Amino acid sequence: MARLSLDHVTKSFANFDAVKDVSIDVGDGEFLAVLGPSGCGKTTLLRLVAGFEKVTSGEIRIGSETVSAKGGSVAPERRRVGIVFQNYALWPHMTVAENIGYSLKVAKLDRAVARQKVEDALALVNLQGLGDRRPSNLSGGQRQRVALARCLVAAPSLVLFDEPLANLDVHLRASMEDEFAAFHKRTGTTIVYITHDQAEAMALADRIAVMDGGRLAQLATPRELYHEPANEMVASFISQGILLPADVLGAEEAGHCKVRVLGTELVVRCRSGERPRTGARICCRSADLDVSPDGAGFDGLVKRVIYQGGAARIEFAPFNAPDLTLHFEQPDPVVLESGAQARLRIRSGWLIPAAGAAS
Amino acid sequence: MSTSIRESRGQEMALTAAVAVVIVLLSLLPMLRLIKEIVAPGGTLSTVAIKAGLASPATWIATWHTLVVGIGGTVLAVLSGTLVAVLITLTDIRGRSALVLCYVMPLMIAPQVTALAWLQLFGPASPFLNLFGAAPPLGTKNPLYSTSGVILLLGVQYGPLVFLLVRAGLRKLPRELVEAARAGGAGWFTVLVTIVLPLMTPSIMAAAALAFVSCVGNFGIPAFLGIPANYLVLPTLIYQRLAGGGPAVLGETAFLSVLIGIIAMAGIFAQEVMSRRRDYRISSTSLPAEPYEFGRWRPAVQAGMWLLIVLVLFLPLFGLVLTSLVPGYGIALNARTATLDNYRFVLFEHDAASRAFFNSFWLSIAAAFFAVLVAVPIGYLIAWGKQRWVRLLNLSVELPYALPGVVLAIASLLLFLRPIPLTGIQLYNTVWIILYAYLARFLVLALRPTISGYHQIDRALEEAAQVAGAGLFMRMRTIIFPLVAPAAIAGGLLIFMTALSELTVSALLWSSGSETIGVVMFSFEQGGDSNYAAAMSVITVAVTFVLMLVTNLLAPYLPSGVLPWRD
Repeated sequence: MARLSLDHVTKSFANFDAVKDVSIDVGDGEFLAVLGPSGCGKTTLLRLVAGFEKVTSGEIRIGSETVSAKGGSVAPERRRVGIVFQNYALWPHMTVAENIGYSLKVAKLDRAVARQKVEDALALVNLQGLGDRRPSNLSGGQRQRVALARCLVAAPSLVLFDEPLANLDVHLRASMEDEFAAFHKRTGTTIVYITHDQAEAMALADRIAVMDGGRLAQLATPRELYHEPANEMVASFISQGILLPADVLGAEEAGHCKVRVLGTELVVRCRSGERPRTGARICCRSADLDVSPDGAGFDGLVKRVIYQGGAARIEFAPFNAPDLTLHFEQPDPVVLESGAQARLRIRSGWLIPAAGAAS
Repeated sequence: MSTSIRESRGQEMALTAAVAVVIVLLSLLPMLRLIKEIVAPGGTLSTVAIKAGLASPATWIATWHTLVVGIGGTVLAVLSGTLVAVLITLTDIRGRSALVLCYVMPLMIAPQVTALAWLQLFGPASPFLNLFGAAPPLGTKNPLYSTSGVILLLGVQYGPLVFLLVRAGLRKLPRELVEAARAGGAGWFTVLVTIVLPLMTPSIMAAAALAFVSCVGNFGIPAFLGIPANYLVLPTLIYQRLAGGGPAVLGETAFLSVLIGIIAMAGIFAQEVMSRRRDYRISSTSLPAEPYEFGRWRPAVQAGMWLLIVLVLFLPLFGLVLTSLVPGYGIALNARTATLDNYRFVLFEHDAASRAFFNSFWLSIAAAFFAVLVAVPIGYLIAWGKQRWVRLLNLSVELPYALPGVVLAIASLLLFLRPIPLTGIQLYNTVWIILYAYLARFLVLALRPTISGYHQIDRALEEAAQVAGAGLFMRMRTIIFPLVAPAAIAGGLLIFMTALSELTVSALLWSSGSETIGVVMFSFEQGGDSNYAAAMSVITVAVTFVLMLVTNLLAPYLPSGVLPWRD
């Protein structure tokens, strides 16, 4: 187990930067998820950490050792990292036991010891007795567990997961998620987990690094990401946050400040030190919106009603900003219909910090 | 902060260096040596060799003949190959795999065997025609000893080559393009002429270029059919000069071989120019078009196809077998005269023939084995490597095979005529010079399937081994080799089949004691002992056929297209 530090890491390919100036510190035994839409650079980041790609600038350290820097790069086979690949990457010409024991064979470990370790690893992932099978005779979930056992048996200092659940059925994902969580708890290994699925990242990770266009958009705990997104990208990416233009009317007091949104005044959460400014934005969630037939709020038009079973998702355009779309859920019995007029109230929100503000 | 990280790229460097050495030795060195002989014979720049070559009328006659049979054979091959490809690929004809197997088979048979088989079919002593009493009287000239005979057989030999490339192209034709034309009101024939064939231009052009290079460089067919009619093409002219003059005329033959190389390159260049004139790119990939339905004509078309197969494959082979059973020239074959003596003679009694079997077998095995061994690391660097220059090396591996075999043979002679500097080892006049030429010429036959094998493997399999701590050599041995082995070994078997009855290279490089099957077969035929030549041919064809069946066992593990005869 070891810390992983990325220090101003940049990776440029011929004509674009796949990873731009990313700095992340992963603590010993921490579970870090790297989350982002496809093409955001998260896979390149993983390949940089594993050593398959060389950094253009910056440094990567595992434990106290610098493994990647402009001056050179430690070969992947000497980094003592484990990887669980998206498509498992089990060697088809070897049995399950041979797959798992490969790194021990490479390390020329005593055969009896190696066999015992393979048995232990198989037991750890609940695959006792399947050592003689070929990977092609296993189910998707079993293959994933073999891949897990294979990377675990080498006792790596760091385990990288590359979208490990992307190829699995929905019903298998939940159980594999449990398995990964249990694996982390049991081994205490430092984990970097690449995914594009926020539910997965939220469920598993201690902290999540959200990436966007090669940059690190925010590095925070799942709760913080949801409630206090650092910028508009994170706000709208996580749980489909709704962004609304706002003017800050008063300075921050006890974590809150007064803003004007869509012509109504309300109090939202904010960072300390916020001062009155215009052109700001707030982020609110569909749960923060509700219909207020008579109270304070703003009027608008119901554009669409999408029934989703038990509740409907309502898309709503305020009259004084018809280009905006707000969405919220209304449980059965749904009374709103498309084309109807309604008054909406924002109960709470988060003032997105000004760009460039220190986090 | 200064960062000095101990990188461990030693194994990678060693591998790259070894690959570079092999390629320089096998591909670049002979070509450079040949060029040097032309521009600077004896070490000083001079145009003497070129002038002497240009002044000789024999050069011009042979060049003219080469162009005639080259273009004639190509036209025939392109017409027949394309027609068969369209019929087999785009229609509802039945028994496709059998048709493909049979039609491609001549490609796996050495050209001189094809030539011999056809000669036996039509000659005055033809046991086949004799069965019906229809053989021309003894002493008449075999009609195949002519320009049109050479062209016909070149067309038969390389039609399958065109077929394979055009078929591959047709299979990628998206059905929307055909369906859009049909929805626009075009009938099948109009679609074929206005849509399908124009879109196939790149495939047909590439096939034509390949067929042209093969026809121009072919030695076996013009040697068996042309020499008796005193109709010489460049490869056979070179052979006669060398056979008559020995090493003394090497300089002159070097010029002739470069001339063949230039003609072959001109063919490839013409193809490049033609293919660039319009945009033929097919952007989408989808299911192939619905096959054209012949309806009640289907049995007739099928019968026609099988008739073609009978004509180009079964009849000649049948003639060959019959000849191998005849006790002597002109004797009619019947149950009483049929004999296996010819087989016994070539296998056990004739020294050179039995030596030739031994030589050819071990030469082919050695070439195949070495090529498989080398193709895996070369393929690794070409398919997965990051260095750009390695891909250039790919071109230089292709070169000795793309150029006619005569060119490589002359280059090898020039290279090893004198003992290798520093070591004093003499390869000239030994079997080793043939092995060298085989390695250089056939390496690409193992490399191509290996590279397509690599492209089918998920690179993550190697990366997984890398993070497990395995160095490059360990990964090669335990992960990479087992995964690409089927493709590489299939390539090795292709090499074995090709090298076993190879003639072009060994005809120029053999010496007493280092005869190959092809060489002995050729000398039997030249001496009038067609029966012995036929017996040797039947044996090699049988071995080839058995190997094809064995190789089929690998098919489930191979990328498509590696085994030409498999549909």
